[in-house]
Amino acid sequence: MTLLRHLAVAAVAGVALFFATYQLDPFRNYQLATAAAYLCAVAGLTVLVGQSGQLSLGHGALMAVGAYTVALLQNAYGTTGPWMLAVSLAAGALATTLVGAVIGLAAARLRGPYLAGVTLAVAVTVPAIATTFDEVFNGDQGLPVYVDPPPAALGRFFPNERWQAWLALAAALVTMVLLANLVRSRFGRTLRAVRDDEVAASLAGISVARVQVLAFVVSAACAGLGGGLLAVLAFSVSPSAFSLTLSLFLILAIVVGGLGSLAGAVWGSLLLVLLPQVTESVTDQLTLSPAVAQRLQGNLPLAIFGLTLIVVMIATPGGLQGLIRRGARALARAARGLATSLNRRKVGT
Amino acid sequence: MERFVFLTFDGLSKGAVYAAFALALVLIWRGTRIVNFAQGAMAVVTAYAAYSVTAASGSYWAGFAAALLGGLLLGALIERGVMRFVEQAPHLNAVTVGLGLVLLLQGVLGMIYGNEYRPFAAPVGQEALTVGGMPLVSPFDLFVFGTVLAVMVLLALLFTRTATGLRMRAAAFAPEVSRLLGVDVNATLTLGWALAAAVGALAGMLVIPTGLGLHPTAMDLVFVTAFTAAVVGGLDSPAGAVVGGLAVGLVLSYVSGYIGSDVTPLAVLALLLVVLLVRPGGLFAGVRARRV
Repeated sequence: MTLLRHLAVAAVAGVALFFATYQLDPFRNYQLATAAAYLCAVAGLTVLVGQSGQLSLGHGALMAVGAYTVALLQNAYGTTGPWMLAVSLAAGALATTLVGAVIGLAAARLRGPYLAGVTLAVAVTVPAIATTFDEVFNGDQGLPVYVDPPPAALGRFFPNERWQAWLALAAALVTMVLLANLVRSRFGRTLRAVRDDEVAASLAGISVARVQVLAFVVSAACAGLGGGLLAVLAFSVSPSAFSLTLSLFLILAIVVGGLGSLAGAVWGSLLLVLLPQVTESVTDQLTLSPAVAQRLQGNLPLAIFGLTLIVVMIATPGGLQGLIRRGARALARAARGLATSLNRRKVGT
Repeated sequence: MERFVFLTFDGLSKGAVYAAFALALVLIWRGTRIVNFAQGAMAVVTAYAAYSVTAASGSYWAGFAAALLGGLLLGALIERGVMRFVEQAPHLNAVTVGLGLVLLLQGVLGMIYGNEYRPFAAPVGQEALTVGGMPLVSPFDLFVFGTVLAVMVLLALLFTRTATGLRMRAAAFAPEVSRLLGVDVNATLTLGWALAAAVGALAGMLVIPTGLGLHPTAMDLVFVTAFTAAVVGGLDSPAGAVVGGLAVGLVLSYVSGYIGSDVTPLAVLALLLVVLLVRPGGLFAGVRARRV
């Protein structure tokens, strides 16, 4: 039943987004595609942090694994056929799954700040790996990514950005359906049991370490897919695109959206894409010298993101989705109150 | 052999800085059970303050004093303004707020100073002195040893010989009882954060001249390394932090000297993982039942 409902929601969302891509201009379509790529990773991370209670600051590095795998495969075999892109993305997710399993095995034995510290160390190793294995990853420069143009069947003037949006949205929808089912399944319940009380969970026969490793593996696969999509969208990969800041942005997205909430992951991903653009248009309004404008461009969003993270964590740890849920509940209560008072009046007359 | 001796001194000098930075992490961990993930970013802020003061006054030492004072202020400010709200909350909240501070501070620094590397002066020469034809230590290394040693002695005196230090230890050990006995626990927490941030600022002043220069992200790797050092020594032990810092400094110096400087982040990660998986309480931890 749940599966059917999730599929129905995904189908409706898919159709709506399909028509939306025809309404949006290329730039907006590209933003939509980027948000969808982020969503894959953010949704996986929110399940890991919110549902299983393990914090990972290294998901930016996991996205890099997916991105570099896609880049290497596409550059080697990208011209063999239109299906190759799907194969590359799947391989990117698979490679990240393996790396995630290794990190997850270590993570399952760590708690609290220790886990955060180790995954932070993972996040800062990306440039080191790229420069150490220079001949494969081409150091700080990174690699270009070969991607086929949109299929000829769509017409000669089909905008590339719309095609990219379709690709990323399809991947994001599949990820969301799979994760939504996972969260509602028996596995999802064991995840929450482990998060809330490890001792009680293991007394109930749950293998705590196994569940935690599995959760890490699942979210790593999602991060790999998201990273691969980012590589495809940008036609390039480089260590600077997968810095510590990206990992922190992912944390911001899940916290602002609401930890553990897949709907919140959507809000978080949209925020990651839209806020830098909003700040840019605001700074464009002000008349600033080019040097000052350039400094503000990359850094103002960073500062705003940081401030948002602090304020949300202190003021509303449930995030946006928590606020929405609370608002909906208050509305429902008000409606119920109104209905009973109306009924009472009716009875009275 | 010559190279080994040189690398050893270099490692000890780097290790002394990691020890100071790890000590700052341990100070906060003992008082509040928080790992301050913003420690690196806070140290960079004070280093930029030093940079500006030095540029304006022309004196390195004015900048040095500004960094330490700025550290005290910034630590107190962040404890009072932000961290106080998450001290009782789950670990995740404190870590997240720390990360938010990292983004905020790095963003603000980038807005003011831009994202290019700036040369950061050292007070004395960084060329190694040769003893009997063998390059040994640079004057800057000696400066590092001296400063770190002085700070450690001062902190040890503060904690073991003064009433304030006793109050701080009591507040960290048993907050409720200390409060009943008239210790202003909140004030000691703020003082602890201020001291830790000042020690972190000092470590920043000592480590940034040896790297690429001043940059909003200059301390990211140093933070991870110092965290490793603190974990090696056990997060609860100040003496462990010092030993851990020196050990990590030596290991990294040998790795970067014999294998290549590019792989040092990987070595940090490997070291951290090995220590956490083999001796999660740190190398000096006694046998202790795991709290669940």
